[in-house]
Amino acid sequence: MTEIEPRKSAAPAPTSWDYAPAPESRDVVTLRERYGHFIGGRWVEPQETYTTISPATEETLGEVGQATPDEVNAAVGAARDAFSNGWSALPGSERAKYLFRIARILQERSREFAVLESLNGGKPIKESRDVDLPLAAAHFFYYAGWADKLEYAFPNRRPQPVGVAGQIIPWNFPLLMLAWKIAPALACGNTVVLKPAETTPLSALLFCDVVQQAELPPGVVNIVTGDGRTGGALVTHEGVDKIAFTGSTEVGKAIQRELAGTGKKLTLELGGKAANVIFDDAALDQAVEGIVNGIYFNQGHVCCAGSRLLVQESIYEQLIGKLKRRLTTLRVGDPLDKNTDVGAINSRMQLDKIEELVAAGKDEGAEIYQPPCTLPEKGYWFVPTVFTNVAQSYRIAQEEIFGPVLSVLTFRTPDEAVEKANNTMYGLSAGVWTEKGSRILAMAQRLRAGVVWANTYNRFDPASPFGGYRESGFGREGGRHGLEPYLRFDE
Amino acid sequence: MAQAPALPRGFELPLEPRLPRIGSVDQVAVEARAGELAKRSIKRDAKLFALELAIRCMDLTTLEGADTPGKVAALCSKAVRPDPTDRHTPSVAAVCVYPNLVPTALERLRGTGVKVASVATAFPSGQSPLEAKLDEVRWVVGQGADEVDMVIDRGAFLSGRYAKVYDEIVRVKEACGEAHLKVILETGELGTYDNVRRASLLAMAAGADFIKTSTGKLSSAATLPVALVMLEAIRDVHEETGRIVGFKPAGGIRNAKQSIQHLVLVHETLGTDWLTPDLYRQGASSLLNDVLMQIRKERTGVYRSPDEFTID
Repeated sequence: MTEIEPRKSAAPAPTSWDYAPAPESRDVVTLRERYGHFIGGRWVEPQETYTTISPATEETLGEVGQATPDEVNAAVGAARDAFSNGWSALPGSERAKYLFRIARILQERSREFAVLESLNGGKPIKESRDVDLPLAAAHFFYYAGWADKLEYAFPNRRPQPVGVAGQIIPWNFPLLMLAWKIAPALACGNTVVLKPAETTPLSALLFCDVVQQAELPPGVVNIVTGDGRTGGALVTHEGVDKIAFTGSTEVGKAIQRELAGTGKKLTLELGGKAANVIFDDAALDQAVEGIVNGIYFNQGHVCCAGSRLLVQESIYEQLIGKLKRRLTTLRVGDPLDKNTDVGAINSRMQLDKIEELVAAGKDEGAEIYQPPCTLPEKGYWFVPTVFTNVAQSYRIAQEEIFGPVLSVLTFRTPDEAVEKANNTMYGLSAGVWTEKGSRILAMAQRLRAGVVWANTYNRFDPASPFGGYRESGFGREGGRHGLEPYLRFDE
Repeated sequence: MAQAPALPRGFELPLEPRLPRIGSVDQVAVEARAGELAKRSIKRDAKLFALELAIRCMDLTTLEGADTPGKVAALCSKAVRPDPTDRHTPSVAAVCVYPNLVPTALERLRGTGVKVASVATAFPSGQSPLEAKLDEVRWVVGQGADEVDMVIDRGAFLSGRYAKVYDEIVRVKEACGEAHLKVILETGELGTYDNVRRASLLAMAAGADFIKTSTGKLSSAATLPVALVMLEAIRDVHEETGRIVGFKPAGGIRNAKQSIQHLVLVHETLGTDWLTPDLYRQGASSLLNDVLMQIRKERTGVYRSPDEFTID
């Protein structure tokens, strides 16, 4: 016993436990200096280029093409050839094989894609790894299953492919939105020309590798990069039979005007200003997680983000206290760090817009809360923000901010909650938090939104249709409904 | 005369200090959150810190019918100096044994700073008359145990006799005197997270110094979601009343990785104030050697043979 040293007096509680950096390795990604357009199964040297960056560091990642109308024309031509010369006539079971193959390759290469997605888009690696990639692969698997069952999906309606689909996708979920667009289009026998967002082209360009690896016939998938001019050229091209657009309401309206009278099919998935409604009987700690997931997931760059929080007044103070406390534990920083909860804002332009609206919120008299937070010096960042004392008339309660900014309003009764929730030009999604099942069903019927989540938020599944009401757009993606925009019916 | 809606029969809680409303727990969401926290990547310095903390907060436990003075003596030596080759390794917080072995443990641990905890109140089932339970508590405290780990009467809890559970904890707390009281909820038998939350609040209202997940006698024990529900209850009590209650997950924490996951949960739910043996313990019988092995690996960069760590 003599050798035993007494333990020193109980050590005081540490003042902090800083997690050491845990960055995901970038080595899995090989960046090229210069990317072309992917047309007819080959890389085509671009006529004009621009640089794409990492929003977290502003470092240049590579040069990508700015597609001209000529290049768009070539891509549409390649898609038309592929459509007419085989793809549309292929049995559904054969098309399914290609889609299954793509899904499996995405799974195999998921780490590479996840790192690239975080690098080019600024989203935390844990989200690209655990959400974007698994869901993208799941979409291909899901629509692969439909490819030979279209007759059963729409009995007696003789579904036929539409032709060449022009697809324009946003920068918030670059690869996932690509999957949402390409998987149903191909399953239905169409060929596509897809334009990724100007700021996040790299995962779509890497996807061209997957297309080649899967030995998809040349021209079935064509990818052209560029800004709004390229998108415009694609929308107005006469050889395109259908346009699918996900992005801002403003651009969506312009596209709809442009296409009026042309006979082209159109689906739009636009903005939102979703209400997340918390009743006083909700499981509060879990509701707080849902609120955080609703608005700070992907830095709030989510069209269906729960950006308007409606709290029943009887639990207002308790809930806001819990929410503010929870915000202090959010880890903002390097998107490639596995412990990062909130990453970088996608672009300078988006950061400016967020800053402008937040300034407006302060001017209008809302109370702002931001947790203490050290932001990296370079790159585009915004501290997770909560506005309380928000009136329905404020801009921050009306306009889509598309950033990590939550506006909190209160209500007294379920009727008032419905009234306030529906008092918007949008109608993409909503959330309801209550322990009462009957109230969930009643609310879901009365809320005018394409998706209503109950006791959860931002949960996606390829089998579940997604889309909006009113200024949030029309047409559905996902599920059996998601096939319809890519089919015509000979009834 | 109009009547206010009744509380569940026997569920009378003191109004002052006000308890947080009982509320409810959403199973899907709490499991998702716990799963997310489990993915925190703890590396290098942060990991070493956590591993040492895990030792400082450990209740090294043996609760077998086959326990003998010899076995407990060996365990006590291990508790004081977990790694004889490395003088920087701290001692564990306490040794946890059955009442009959308290004298042995006390003798071996005198002057070392390692505390002696004894299970009591007809552990693990709690299915004995109250007087017998109180006698047991008084006996172990009389022997000199620093801490008492009691079990709640799950039979009473599950049949809705909450007042009985509450009163029993109050009486045991009285019998403990100066000794610290940890209240074991045996969450694996409570069936729902709602019940775990209720039992947590009830135990804290009745005077528990610590709330503890399990006896270690069931396969479903200290899961991360259960721990999260209990930590959130502790947080609510602290925020509403200022009272600080400790937490002890026990049962099923067998390796360093799980141990660190629990620490992350405490850290991100209650904050750094709770990262001390005064407010956090991990009950474990087979965890220590894995933690030692991981510490050696962090310090030297290589894994050593399990035979380099003593089995006690």
